[in-house]
Amino acid sequence: MIPIDLPTIWAFIIAFAVFVYVVMDGFDLGLGILFPLFPKKEDRDVIMNSVAPVWDGNETWLVLGGGGLMAAFPLAYAVLMPALYTPMIVMLLGLVFRGVAFEFRWRTTRERNRWDIAFAGGSLLATLAQGIALGAILQGIQVSGRHYAGGWWDWLTPFSILTGVALVIGYALLGATWLVMKTEGELRDRAYQLSWLLLVAMLCAIGIVSIATPFLHVQYTHRWFAWPNIILTAPVPVAVAAVTVMLLRSLANKYDYQPFFLTLALFALSYAGLGISMYPYIVPQSITIWQAASPENSQLFMLVGVAILIPLILGYTAWAYWVFRGKVKAESGYH
Amino acid sequence: MFEGWDAVVLARAQFAFTMSFHIVFPAFSIGLASYLAVLEALWLWTRREVYINLFNYWLKIFAVAFGMGVVSGIVMSYQFGTNWSAFSDKTGPVIGPLMAYEVLTAFFLEAGFLGVMLFGLDRVGPRLHFFATLMVAVGTLISAFWILSANSWMQTPTGHALNAEGQFIAVDWFKVIFNPSFPYRLVHMVLAAYLTTALVVGAVGAWHLLRDPHLAGPRVMFSMAMWMATIVAPLQILAGDQHGLNTLEHQPVKIMAMEGHFQSHKDGAPLILFGWPNQAAGRMDYAIEVPKLGSLILKHSLDAPMAGLDTVPRENWPPVPITFWSFRIMVGMGLLMMGLGLLSLLMRFRGTLYNSRPLHMFAVAMAPSGFIAVLAGWITTETGRQPYTVYGLLRTVDSASPLAAPAVASSLIAFIIVYFVVFTAGVIYLLRLMAQPPHHGEEGPRSDVPARAAGITPAAGAVAEGAAR
Repeated sequence: MIPIDLPTIWAFIIAFAVFVYVVMDGFDLGLGILFPLFPKKEDRDVIMNSVAPVWDGNETWLVLGGGGLMAAFPLAYAVLMPALYTPMIVMLLGLVFRGVAFEFRWRTTRERNRWDIAFAGGSLLATLAQGIALGAILQGIQVSGRHYAGGWWDWLTPFSILTGVALVIGYALLGATWLVMKTEGELRDRAYQLSWLLLVAMLCAIGIVSIATPFLHVQYTHRWFAWPNIILTAPVPVAVAAVTVMLLRSLANKYDYQPFFLTLALFALSYAGLGISMYPYIVPQSITIWQAASPENSQLFMLVGVAILIPLILGYTAWAYWVFRGKVKAESGYH
Repeated sequence: MFEGWDAVVLARAQFAFTMSFHIVFPAFSIGLASYLAVLEALWLWTRREVYINLFNYWLKIFAVAFGMGVVSGIVMSYQFGTNWSAFSDKTGPVIGPLMAYEVLTAFFLEAGFLGVMLFGLDRVGPRLHFFATLMVAVGTLISAFWILSANSWMQTPTGHALNAEGQFIAVDWFKVIFNPSFPYRLVHMVLAAYLTTALVVGAVGAWHLLRDPHLAGPRVMFSMAMWMATIVAPLQILAGDQHGLNTLEHQPVKIMAMEGHFQSHKDGAPLILFGWPNQAAGRMDYAIEVPKLGSLILKHSLDAPMAGLDTVPRENWPPVPITFWSFRIMVGMGLLMMGLGLLSLLMRFRGTLYNSRPLHMFAVAMAPSGFIAVLAGWITTETGRQPYTVYGLLRTVDSASPLAAPAVASSLIAFIIVYFVVFTAGVIYLLRLMAQPPHHGEEGPRSDVPARAAGITPAAGAVAEGAAR
């Protein structure tokens, strides 16, 4: 059974921060990925405006994930970052391009197209890099002593490319269903069509990654299929099937909110599956959360802040979303 | 491009490059956020239209600068791991929590309220909007608090111990956070941010006054900025002096490098004004110096003995030429700022503050001086504490990631290209915004978008209507 101690609590906190990041920045990056499919300036303005007030807060969860990892599991941070060197740098540069595009594209007419490309390209690169990083972590990392011991291309394998593409599809689906929720008229119709297409692609991606993962390590196979583990793991695919059915129905009925939140549920289940595969390792098959944990007084010192501040943060973040709730009107452009 | 450089030097170059680009944006936005809060408060209090026009004018500029600060900051938070993994492993338990607290107490606060600050006036009404502006301003200051605490601990570590794995661990968090150099560094940096912003605001005001001295907006911003320069520049010089004395106590070798004191002086050290530090030979070439003034400034006594770098093993020397010269550039900028402040005070008493062309031209020329001083100051303190990342305890060469030089070189080249493309464009857009004078009915960033969307209360709309008139 899972023991309740500080490293475990912190593993859940970091996992939570990363998941909130995926929830919030996923659709945000997805909009960038879908950008080339919406060539009209008016549509692009609406798409941008639907996230402009909140994108910065969304990305802060990524900083918390990274900073929190360094503080709570410094050894894991010190091993993972050099191992994922190239994907990390690519992700950061991608985020630079897409982040500045939010402001820059309103400041120029002549070069707007350039910043639209920066927004789309940056979003795609950042997502691909995140997905590849995930795959690279899952497939295992060479460690010697307290250092990364592999080469600087180890992250690149067919499996990591697969997870990279899968995440691009997933974020695009989040983006499409976000547009269904936040827009109207023709733009919303396009988003519906794309949601169907992307949902089918995402289900394929979940299927392929789920089948491929157990082949990476015998431990993964054991974790998922050995008795009695299977009692605990079997509900995950069952729940995925149930959510899929609901998602298909919500799309068929052209609901506004359900497709987005059900897609999030799909992400949550995939994420839970990931947790089941990895636990209790933070660097799969080489470093456990207890080996990587900072001393108790560091984790305790931060836990006090997290316990008080995270609810507060979630509160005012929700308020910001509430302030900008509702559909973003097509005619409300920028001048 | 970087053949023959070793991985550690490349990693240092990368950190210096990305950090230098990053620091100018927070330095500007810390000051600008506070300035915006003051403008909005003045508007709420007096209801004078000029204040809301200025608020919206600087808000657009803030949005662009803040965006650049955010994206270059995310890079920093991951760079510790990618290029300095040994440092992260060893110091993570101590400075990791400080940075985590920065994210929790500052970054979220800024980001959470930024959207409302930028686009939400019509949606939430002026009072709640002012609260959002205040939260963003407070957030920038809290952020400075934590990151400067972390930096200061690396400079003057206290309250820690080492564990069996060779990691630093905290024994006393209060001593870690409020380490000896932290209060001085915090005051010095926050004042620097305020000065930097004031000099930019003053330069923009002066630029427009040069064309038309009757413009209401530029007159108000120029006057406000010159008050800041008049009052804060001398305070900053005082704070810098105190910071220097603190450094002398805790990092004397850094002071030796800043002062260019290669030799020890038994009865009063000179103040070397200028010279060419010859690190290899261990002497100052072409020195122009004032006898005994160095001891007077640092020890408050003409004949006080001062140790020089000849008392320190060579392998512990910081790069003296960089430290020596960046310090002089910073001090020079500070003196020019004080000069501008005093000149503006003189013109103010003469009643020619808005008509003096030489003053306005001086103020325009001083636009980048704050940024130059901030960069020079950081270069002084960061090269002056070399060859250590944690002063006296962890050497820079033992802090880097186990990476091959080509990996670090490629990422460095990528950062250089991307940063130049992106931030050059950003600076051009900022200058373009500043080239327009603030006008009657100035609009905020995309002010019409939220107004037409759902969920607006009639009362807030009416107030905002009134505000816009």
